[in-house]
Amino acid sequence: MLRIHDTTPVKFHETLVEKFREIVGRYPEGKQKSALLPILHLAQAEYGWLSPATMDAVAVFLSIKPIEVYEVATFYTMFFLNPQGRYVLEVCRTGPCCLVGAEKIMQYLEQKLGVKEGEVTIDGLFSWRGVECLAACGMGPVLQIGPNYTFYENLTEQGIDTLIDELKAKSQK
Amino acid sequence: MARKILLEHIQVQNINTFEVYRSKGGYAAVEKAIKTMSPEAVVEEVKKSGLRGRGGAGFPTGMKWSFLAKPDGIPRYLVCNGDESEPGTFKDRFLMTHIPHALIEGMIVASYALGANTSYIYVRGEMMPQIRILEKAIIEAKNAGFLGKNILGSGYDLELYVQPGGGAYICGEETALLESLEGKRGNPRIKPPFPAIAGLYGCPTVVNNVETIAATSWIINHGGDEYAKIGLERSTGTKLISASGNLNKPGVYEIELGLPVEEFIYSDEYCGGIAHGKRLKAVVAGGSSVPILPAKLILKTAADTARLMTYESLSDGGFATGTMLGSGGFIALDEDACIVRNTWNFSRFYHHESCGQCSPCREGTGWMEKILHKIEYGHGTLQDISLLEEINKKIEGNTICPLGDAAAWPVASAIRHFRDEFEWHVNEPMLSQKNNYGLANYGA
Ligand SMILES: Cc1cc2nc3c(=O)[nH]c(=O)nc-3n(C[C@H](O)[C@H](O)[C@H](O)COP(=O)(O)O)c2cc1C
Ligand code: SF4
Ligand code: FES
Repeated sequence: MLRIHDTTPVKFHETLVEKFREIVGRYPEGKQKSALLPILHLAQAEYGWLSPATMDAVAVFLSIKPIEVYEVATFYTMFFLNPQGRYVLEVCRTGPCCLVGAEKIMQYLEQKLGVKEGEVTIDGLFSWRGVECLAACGMGPVLQIGPNYTFYENLTEQGIDTLIDELKAKSQK
Repeated sequence: MARKILLEHIQVQNINTFEVYRSKGGYAAVEKAIKTMSPEAVVEEVKKSGLRGRGGAGFPTGMKWSFLAKPDGIPRYLVCNGDESEPGTFKDRFLMTHIPHALIEGMIVASYALGANTSYIYVRGEMMPQIRILEKAIIEAKNAGFLGKNILGSGYDLELYVQPGGGAYICGEETALLESLEGKRGNPRIKPPFPAIAGLYGCPTVVNNVETIAATSWIINHGGDEYAKIGLERSTGTKLISASGNLNKPGVYEIELGLPVEEFIYSDEYCGGIAHGKRLKAVVAGGSSVPILPAKLILKTAADTARLMTYESLSDGGFATGTMLGSGGFIALDEDACIVRNTWNFSRFYHHESCGQCSPCREGTGWMEKILHKIEYGHGTLQDISLLEEINKKIEGNTICPLGDAAAWPVASAIRHFRDEFEWHVNEPMLSQKNNYGLANYGA
């Protein structure tokens, strides 16, 4: 759902705008709307999610209507319309991974983090959710963590413990 | 040892770099095509090869290329489909990760053949690491003069870009992919017009799968006739199979088309048999969208001949007793797997991924998910099973894009071949919560 509060205007810093311009250059004259998905990915990597203000700023940059940004951001599952944990653990929940234990892994993650799917831990560090087939079915169960989409394969409960410890340690640096 | 084309050099260290790929004969196809062949001659070789699209539908690639409209003064586009979201399929990720230059080389050859001066590789957004790998490979190829202006002094210009998706299975459907590449929601277009006439930005466009495009370099180097000698009859060449589920050695394998299914599952060269000493119950042979078959029908056709890994053999018997090669996503289910649960999971997937444009797909996938959930959790009735069949019939063939069919077939085939397991869930609601139905008479 869109959150309509939080209307502080967003201003992208110059290096980001530089990247946006490079992307627009990949398409023919007048087809700058093609840059929308790549730019939304960069904006989300910058802020952790896409606020309405961020989307409005993207619309201004691309000279398109805000609704054209909203309708795209709401269609694709990778875009977050609400603030998330610093690390979003996305576990594949589709058939082939379930044949090799993905459901158990998700239960374990829920219990370990103490939050339901989509919720954020109190320290703000983690959220998790099930996502659809990540094209790694032979290495299941698998999970990914944005914004770089680092990949973890053949997950076990022990592996989850180690991963979470590592991320906690990393966040303290 | 089996014939290798795409993965011939996969063991070579640093084959992901330009230098090593080049030292193994890489980019020779670009040199040969651009310096010694006309675009038409390249298309002709691909036609002769019999290569069929590796994205799922198996449409002859050379024919698709020759359909491309060529009106004067209007640009043409080649768009590579690297969306790879069909459950069970993970071969394109493998190729892009380990031999990115195989795709870049194929893109240059194919773009030249089609007369495209700008081409895009659309990769699902979750594959951010692969997107970086491809972007690096593009820079390397450009620095070596294989991309950009006046390639190898020929006067031919080509720019190649990688476009990320946003997480939507439907964007694998070619017209949804083009919408997405135009910065819109991934709603499939009504066809006709086909992309060959009006595709990206309304211009003539060819959309091909990653594996299809990567295969064209070998065809140019060795000739279409040589390629056609590999494989079996109309299933020419090799195919990457992604094997997952309850197997000893899941993974990506390059097979020569024509390999017996039994050998693929049980031989040590491939999957090495079923994991944990269990027995095979069922297989989904070509990605989640194709009909599921019980073990005995995947190993042998209804006519009792060995089932082979070819387009023709896998579809032998039609949907009554056969299935499809599809994308080559080979999912094996062992005796402990629950067919109802697996079918419910797939229905949930299709419901989640329906773009929502057509009511039969949008509503029907949701109903199927709900009914299957009910049956799986012990609240189903026998009428629910017939209701599922009815909904299936109403979706199939009544939608804008094939996702509707793809959602209906797994359910229809599961009921067709495993009806007693569905009925057992209905009749034994308590028992089915704790136990597996097991193998019954499905296994091998
Ligand atoms: C719902 C749906 C999803 C699809 N997903 C993919 C995909 O992920 N990758 C792919 O190459 N083709 C996919 N296809 C097939 C494409 O529409 C198209 O036929 C293919 O990219 C053509 O390339 P090819 O001729 O080289 O196989 C999908 C089709 C449908 C209906
Ligand atoms: S069949 Fe489904 S996915 Fe395809 S266009 Fe219709 S609603 Fe969208
Ligand atoms: S089903 Fe999990 S990666 Fe494909």
